[in-house]
Amino acid sequence: MQRYEQIEPIEPIIGPGQTYATITERISSIPLTDLRQTPRGWLVGFAISFSFLMLFLISILWLFARGTGIWGLNIPVAWGFAIINFVWWIGIGHAGTLISAVLLLFQQSWRNSINRFAEAMTLFAVACAGLFPILHLGRPWLFYWLIPYPNTLGMWPQFRSPLAWDVFAISTYATVSLLFWLVGLIPDFAILRDRAAGKLQRQIFGLLALGWRSSSRHWYRYEMAYLILAALSTPLVVSVHSIVSLDFAVSQLPGWHVTIFPPYFVAGAVFSGFAMVLTLTIPIRKWYNLEDFITMKHLDNMAKVMLVTGSIVFYGYLMELFYGWYSASVFEQYMVLNRMIGPYAPFFWALILCNGVIPQLLWFKFFRQNIPFLFVFSIIVNIGMWLERFVIVVISLHREFLPSSWDMYTPTFWDWSLYIGSLGLFFTLLFLFIRFLPMINIFEMSMLQFSENEKARRREARRVQLAGDTPEPAQMA
Amino acid sequence: MTRSDIYGLMAEFDSAEAITKAAHRAHEEGYRDMDAYTPFPIEEVIEAVSPSTTGVPFFVLIGGVLGASGGFLMQMYAMTIDYPLNIGGRPANITGWPSFIPITFESGILLAAFAAVISLIALNGLPMPYHPVFNVPGFERASQDRFFLCIEATDTKFDRRRTREFLQSLQPRQITEVEP
Repeated sequence: MQRYEQIEPIEPIIGPGQTYATITERISSIPLTDLRQTPRGWLVGFAISFSFLMLFLISILWLFARGTGIWGLNIPVAWGFAIINFVWWIGIGHAGTLISAVLLLFQQSWRNSINRFAEAMTLFAVACAGLFPILHLGRPWLFYWLIPYPNTLGMWPQFRSPLAWDVFAISTYATVSLLFWLVGLIPDFAILRDRAAGKLQRQIFGLLALGWRSSSRHWYRYEMAYLILAALSTPLVVSVHSIVSLDFAVSQLPGWHVTIFPPYFVAGAVFSGFAMVLTLTIPIRKWYNLEDFITMKHLDNMAKVMLVTGSIVFYGYLMELFYGWYSASVFEQYMVLNRMIGPYAPFFWALILCNGVIPQLLWFKFFRQNIPFLFVFSIIVNIGMWLERFVIVVISLHREFLPSSWDMYTPTFWDWSLYIGSLGLFFTLLFLFIRFLPMINIFEMSMLQFSENEKARRREARRVQLAGDTPEPAQMA
Repeated sequence: MTRSDIYGLMAEFDSAEAITKAAHRAHEEGYRDMDAYTPFPIEEVIEAVSPSTTGVPFFVLIGGVLGASGGFLMQMYAMTIDYPLNIGGRPANITGWPSFIPITFESGILLAAFAAVISLIALNGLPMPYHPVFNVPGFERASQDRFFLCIEATDTKFDRRRTREFLQSLQPRQITEVEP
């Protein structure tokens, strides 16, 4: 064995030639750009997103005026797009927490350049997700009845119902994600304050920075609090999607009453979330020339996470089929058959193709490092994960126990407009975020640069030391 | 100790390595009331200038315990005392506790997270719009690419002349007297 080979060149997670000053300059210049010099591409993107947001508002207005009858819902399919979209959005959010919290605990420092962005994605996805159950309420203006508060009706929410657990899980998740995000932003607000050219900018960022002065004593508490928040978010993110899955699993419907749901939903959530992170970062790193910060190594790592979670999800699909057969229950067996050869079978097979078969390509480095492929792939997975929820919600409901009530579910214009519109809400918020806030965590990037320099120095010292040694004869053949 | 009319003496350094060395030297010299200002947390600097505990975990524990027990007791009260309902065969007494766990967990996490953030901000004395160190020329780079070490006038060993000489021996870019 040759000892020189122990030190291999490693793929960088920050591009060469960056210093603290260039990192800070590069990232903070985007939010500090003068309003009149906003890039035209941003304006076009924002305008398109904003028009879809208007479609969203119109759909909500029409829903409030006419009620849920404008959707394709009926008995037996009483849960349609609203629930599908809810689960889809909340799942997308989960990757943000995974990147910011779980990877922090595992000391995966490559996360530093994508965590701010992924957390913002979480917040906006949760905002979209949270709206759907409320819009689905029938009387959305009474949504506050879900919250336990002293009232003259003498009424409590039904705490034994997974739907009430959902309220607590989603609102806690949204709040904790927001806190985590804001805490991460405080030092960066201070950087923007210190770099701001205009007085107004300096005052706004000065207020937001709370007087942060980069003191080491403050950093000490800051790191502790940040670590604790990560440790709290990690079980939280697992609990949230588990509780979402219990909305289904606690019922007694074939196709929903499945014990594998919580872990398989959590894996699916991470899978879809990473898909969305890829969909968003690939164009943004290109447009804003951030290739030095979001490198091939990041894309490769994300693809690997997707391969793992995608395989877990695929295993979940197979287990659902297996237990449908193994249950020896005629209803379960019929549900499985109906999935595979029933009227919605194309959706099921498309799901298997998108989430089961295509992700297996990621075993190959060629595909993991092929940016156009990754972009197309991430969109396929987004679609696949939406189909998964469609398969679970609609196919399980539309042929229930009594054949006389069987019916098909056909989404209407308003189903689609609300769904497409929620994408408008998401992208509008995202465009505002990348324009007005630092989309990469600046101080964490500097810290990463510091530790990478240290590592490089140690590696270099070791290399010199090894090269200085005379090669010893191999001890074992 | 004599009352001083300045907040302290601030030395400015170029690199993380320099401030690490400087903070350790100052600690060895016996200075305790001092603080470093760096663009990102540097573990070794923190060791030299910070008190031994942050205080944050204690509040998080209190928040978590209060949140979880409060959430659980609220559900117990609502579902077994105030308005008992038998739904899904889940007993309306203490034996129905498993269905209260998800909300107990969520409320525990919620209060613990709030405790973490509030204790972080409060223990750091933020928001603090004015602080003497902001008077130091060039201090805006403390958040970007410069590293500062401030020995405060409240320190028992602080002496305007000798402390300055000590800081000078660390070869900083410059030394500033911080106006209060």
